[in-house]
Amino acid sequence: MKHKTSSIYKGYGVFLIPGIIAFLVIIIIPFLVNLGISFTKWSGVRAPVWIGLSNYQRLIGDSVFWLSFRNNLILLIAMTVIPVIVGLLLATFLFDYIANNFGQRVSSFFRAGFYLPQILPSAVIGIVWAWILQPDWGVVNYILKAIGLSSLAHDWLGDPSTALLAVMVVMVWFQIGYPVVIFMAALQRVEPELLEAASIDGASWFQKFYYITIHLIRPEILVVILTTTIYTLKIFGQVYVLTGGGPGNATSVPSYYAYKQFFETQQVGYGSTVSLAMAVIIVLLTILFINIQSRQENAESV
Amino acid sequence: MAAHLMIDRKYRPKNGVVKWITLIVLSVFLLLMLMPFIMVAMNSVKTEAEFARYGPLSLPHGLNFTSLKDFWVRVNFTQPLKNSTIISLSVAVLAVLLSLLNAFALGLGKVRGRIWILVFFLMANFLPQEALAYPLYYFAKFFHLYDKTLSVILVFMVIQSAFGTYLLSSVFSTFPREIIEAALMDGCSKLKLLVYLVAPLSIPTLSVLFVFFFIWTWNEFFLPLILLPSNASQTVPLALAINQGQYGMNITAQSASGLLGILPCIIFFLIFQRTLTRGITAGGIK
Repeated sequence: MKHKTSSIYKGYGVFLIPGIIAFLVIIIIPFLVNLGISFTKWSGVRAPVWIGLSNYQRLIGDSVFWLSFRNNLILLIAMTVIPVIVGLLLATFLFDYIANNFGQRVSSFFRAGFYLPQILPSAVIGIVWAWILQPDWGVVNYILKAIGLSSLAHDWLGDPSTALLAVMVVMVWFQIGYPVVIFMAALQRVEPELLEAASIDGASWFQKFYYITIHLIRPEILVVILTTTIYTLKIFGQVYVLTGGGPGNATSVPSYYAYKQFFETQQVGYGSTVSLAMAVIIVLLTILFINIQSRQENAESV
Repeated sequence: MAAHLMIDRKYRPKNGVVKWITLIVLSVFLLLMLMPFIMVAMNSVKTEAEFARYGPLSLPHGLNFTSLKDFWVRVNFTQPLKNSTIISLSVAVLAVLLSLLNAFALGLGKVRGRIWILVFFLMANFLPQEALAYPLYYFAKFFHLYDKTLSVILVFMVIQSAFGTYLLSSVFSTFPREIIEAALMDGCSKLKLLVYLVAPLSIPTLSVLFVFFFIWTWNEFFLPLILLPSNASQTVPLALAINQGQYGMNITAQSASGLLGILPCIIFFLIFQRTLTRGITAGGIK
């Protein structure tokens, strides 16, 4: 009997074999090879030359890398900060006001509408917006000219002073729907009685929103912040199609910078270093997130 | 719900005017969000002359499919459409199977160090693809998989299953123990347990994974860009991106290219809407 019970937990290891082999070949070995290449000077053709930490030294002093990284951080405003804030307000508004006044179907319709940009491939987002922002006949400049503001019309993506801002607008458009959907689902957990009690105690709308709603859906807020942050640090397709990192390096991001090292300037060793730096940042962020999450869960269960 | 209505009474306007104004404001905001879709659709069915004369904002004077047809022929769109379908379907099937095997071992069995293995799987999914790109590119060339759809299928099978394993393991860890115990006591083997009991019971979760893997793979860009250079093997986003702004491509053709990128996704969205909503709200899937 005892033997039988313990056997329900044993003998599963064999099912992991295909997964482990696949992981070794596709993730672990390439990752380690990439790590190895980062210590070399290599054009991808002849044998790589070991140069120790030189690539890392170069990374620290590389102003274009830091510019790309700074651009990435600025994009966080468009891809995490604004979507989370607007998403919270929009989700609460749809859940509380629209659903109560016009019914569930109307609020679901709006939710689906806001979510729609999320289903597009990154490259298609780039194609659509490059078309809209086209300087000569694009929709944005056409409208500006039509309403007599032709002085404002210009090459949004081609002008270094507006290129990053234009990419940010595109990314806000793309991101908004994701937090709206997640937060609306989370809001179903908020007890109406709790809000009612707060109202009776004289809490204002903002106080209820801040102290009750936000507090209760904190786990989802955390998940959205993590996933959107990581997505931002990995952004590639939109930049590739919209601007190609340009003009100059005005919209370059680390993933695009690494791609250029690999496939345009043939500096494979240095490209590996850039990509590894980003991998380390993302892994550290994930660990930090898992820590916060488990601490929160522990605090709640106590 | 009734209680919910009560609390907000204080803030609810006495007459319906404010209510309708808010709805209109919100609708305008939604319309603005959907404008890119509307613009691209409207201008893809105009003739060049019509666009030149009336601009992008005018309603089309009838449906003209010349731009769409020309663009389709120019980039040989049938080929990428076929490639993307084959790649996404294969990845979705294979990655679901691999996730199932992994999660069966990690979620049901108590494999040593399972928490760390799971964290590791999650990280593998989060890893920036450029940190794997060059070795994968090099290996693909070495094994003669370069420019073959199989290379991308294998890579995304693993990357997607990393997420699937993580999600499915947590679902399996709550699987009723009594059922498994009873089955094993009756002399059921582990393989039979998986095939006849665990897999059929988790079909709702597996179908969510299938849909997400399919769409995620369809939308991928970075690794296909590196591994699939020729038109014969390219995916839809890749073919569109590479032909974007090509010399001689006029404005209506460019909006047609946007529309051809959007349409398949809208179709998936409509087909899979329920599964998508279930998945997004259940797992915070991005």
